[in-house]
Amino acid sequence: MIQLKVNGVEQSFGGEPEMPLLWYLRDVLGLTGSKFGCGVGLCGACTVHVNGQAMRSCVTAMRDAAGKEVTTIEGLDKNGLHPVQRAWMEINVPQCGYCQVGQIMQAAALLNSKKKPADHEIDEAMSGNICRCGTYQRIRAAIKAAAGEMT
Amino acid sequence: MSEIENVSRRRFLTRGIIAAGALVLGVRYYHKLSSGDKRPHDTNADHATLPPSVYLGIDADGTVWIVAHRSEMGTTSRTTLPLVVADELDADWKRVKIEQAIGDSRYGDQNTDGSHSVRSFYDAMREAGATARFMLIQAAAHQWSVPAPECETDLHVVVHRSTNRSAGYGELVAAAARLPIPKKEELKLKPKSAWRYVGKGQVSYDLEALVTGKAIYGMDAHVDGMAYASVEHPPVLGGKVKTYDDKEALKVAGVRQTVSIDPFQQAPGFQPLGGIAVIADNTWAAFQGRKKLNTSWDNGAHETYNSDAYKNELRATSHNPCKVVRNIGDADTAFAKGGKIHDADYYVPLLAHASMEPMVALAEFKNGKATLWAPTQNPQAVQDIVAKELGIAKEDVICHVTLLGGGFGRKSKPDYVAEAAVLSKKVGRPVKVAWTREDDIKFDYYNAVASMYMKAALGANGKPTAWLQRSVFPPIPSIFDVNTVYGDPAHLQQGWTDIPYDLPNLRIENGPAKAHVRIGWLRSVANIYHAFAIQCFTDELAHAAGRDPLDYLLDLIGEPRTIDFKGVAYPNYGASMDAYPWETGRLRRVTEMVAEKSGWGKRKHSKGTGVGIAAHRSFLTYVATVVEVEVNDQGEVRIPRVDTFLDAGLVVNPQATRAQFEGAAVFGTSIVRSGEITATKGVIDQSNFQDYPVARIGEAPYQTNVYIVDSDAPPAGVGEPGVPPFVAAFCNAIFAATGKRVRDLPITKLGLS
Repeated sequence: MIQLKVNGVEQSFGGEPEMPLLWYLRDVLGLTGSKFGCGVGLCGACTVHVNGQAMRSCVTAMRDAAGKEVTTIEGLDKNGLHPVQRAWMEINVPQCGYCQVGQIMQAAALLNSKKKPADHEIDEAMSGNICRCGTYQRIRAAIKAAAGEMT
Repeated sequence: MSEIENVSRRRFLTRGIIAAGALVLGVRYYHKLSSGDKRPHDTNADHATLPPSVYLGIDADGTVWIVAHRSEMGTTSRTTLPLVVADELDADWKRVKIEQAIGDSRYGDQNTDGSHSVRSFYDAMREAGATARFMLIQAAAHQWSVPAPECETDLHVVVHRSTNRSAGYGELVAAAARLPIPKKEELKLKPKSAWRYVGKGQVSYDLEALVTGKAIYGMDAHVDGMAYASVEHPPVLGGKVKTYDDKEALKVAGVRQTVSIDPFQQAPGFQPLGGIAVIADNTWAAFQGRKKLNTSWDNGAHETYNSDAYKNELRATSHNPCKVVRNIGDADTAFAKGGKIHDADYYVPLLAHASMEPMVALAEFKNGKATLWAPTQNPQAVQDIVAKELGIAKEDVICHVTLLGGGFGRKSKPDYVAEAAVLSKKVGRPVKVAWTREDDIKFDYYNAVASMYMKAALGANGKPTAWLQRSVFPPIPSIFDVNTVYGDPAHLQQGWTDIPYDLPNLRIENGPAKAHVRIGWLRSVANIYHAFAIQCFTDELAHAAGRDPLDYLLDLIGEPRTIDFKGVAYPNYGASMDAYPWETGRLRRVTEMVAEKSGWGKRKHSKGTGVGIAAHRSFLTYVATVVEVEVNDQGEVRIPRVDTFLDAGLVVNPQATRAQFEGAAVFGTSIVRSGEITATKGVIDQSNFQDYPVARIGEAPYQTNVYIVDSDAPPAGVGEPGVPPFVAAFCNAIFAATGKRVRDLPITKLGLS
């Protein structure tokens, strides 16, 4: 039995330990905010926080999540909207929106480790998150806006 | 369905509906409604106290229900069309609730493709709003015993100024619902000066849901008791299962059973591809079970398809006379007179859509009826194909439309939805089919691979005295008839037969090409390769003539005129030539304006940097784009800046439009940098983002500036028209920066990355 915390709630999982965290979140817990995009850690749509670090949940096996604290978009901010989410709305970032949850989780992790990231630091941190609609310039602007708000 | 029934309006309400595009306007439909017969898929608008239109209903608490009948895949159409209704109704946007329509012909066309949602439904949305406003004013006037023309509306209220009376919409709907529905001729549309939302725009109605993970896409659809499926498709189009062994697959924990799906008959159309489905308790188990299937295939005729050889065939075809699709003057005689002859081959490979959400659908077949939840651009096509596959009536197919995690044209083709429906029937429970990214890349309806041969003779002033262009590509209609090999007018019009130049001798040809994969619409479609060839060849000619590319382009576009398409099959994207003439003056204007905004000719460009320009009309919208690039010694390309100017007639939602053109530049970046699908022995070589890369944040344009012409012309498309001129301008900029001429996409072939 694998024990872990998801959005602050203790959970136990008795299934296949190789099952990726993404499918546990989506199909078992019904937390569908984290998205399936590629299945091999190339697109970032499935990004969640594991012990505060941005991780690709589609390639994180349940055995590796054992004993960890997992945060998904559903638990990013218990009091409503995280500054990154507010900035995303302010800059009107999303188009189809499918990748945006992963983008937001990645951006929130970036701002936790770097308060005022420069352009090249944003590009580096966000390079694993694909947006096929092409909202990148707004993502960059929203991260800067959120950085201002979080100081 | 459209005959008039003379019955009580309490039970039967007149439903104004305007069909799409060139179809007849103002056909009146009748839809039975009474409080007792509410069906689960009726809208709240249907059952509102005042339902003056299929698109609109108003409740007694003042809530305004607006039905979004087009699909939302990121273009904001789900917000923009209701905004038109709300404006004409003088409704408070905060009191509007948007509900998504199921697939139903009563809404008119629902195929959210071809950049025509606003164009085709702007008038219908206005009529819906104006109808309700008319009835509310009548009700108030009657209540106050004043002449209706003395009453007007303010935000969500009817007012009579001289007596200082006002009534909220909610207070009036019960009385308004007893009034006859006005004729279209009686309606008075708001003047532009009174518009609240049109031209100003709004953010997406779903914005908060999109950033909180609450938005429901097809991938998130759920019904109790559903099974999860993953399908092993024939690796070659038209292949069939020879043998399969599922023993190991069934040993995977969570796998319940395997089911075979028949291959499609004759042409693929929107039929399922066939193959073996693994049915499981969760998505991952289905994926794992599939890996353990042991399947052998009869690959069929397309096993001979190899992209390298096919490219040579297309090129060889384009070097010989083909079918003439437009002719002006006598190009051959002009070529024979000599002058400076310049010719070039252009090539664009197959392109995949790669929407972030792979194909997915949930189906429940029960009691002879099918219910679907799908991220589809075309729910009525879902009804058609599911009805056909299951042998049931179209009316017994209910297609709920979820949000789409991108579409780009792929999700207009509902093969994956039909697959889910077939599986639900076979398994006897609800089934959700999720494609992997590998399935998505390998089993797409690709944008056609195309080869273009361009030839011009330059006169004394460097202007062409003769121009020949030939395109060869497998046509989209081949998915419905495998013997179709020539381009059809609907795709030849896309930047090919409508070359905007004023040329004395012009011959446009199209050659045959047999399809070996499914060809389909992809954002901008044939405009991508046509604009690439014409706009880059123009740049080549400018350099050959020693002219500035901007001046040369303007010179070829010539003086403002309306293009005469006499004798040419030119469908004009389904719009009338009267309402949407092809006006070269508008193309010229956006070209001049983007040149000014980008500082064309005024900025210094150091070694390894350069700018390129291109202009193109598609989906009735005129666009000109300037791209600036930097290329370092390692051949790495950056795009610091893009300027694009568009004339789309009336723009309802400017902020959404700007976003579409920013996105189009990124979509175009992917095409130029890395877009290439190839096949070996009929099997697609690419599989995921490692071998079909799309632009990431650092590869995309750093800044795209979008400028919109303020226009009262009728609204045109905004989702697609940004892509074609961007692609060409980007390639022209690479030439300016490096001296390398991009004729074969993607640019990795030139050693650039």
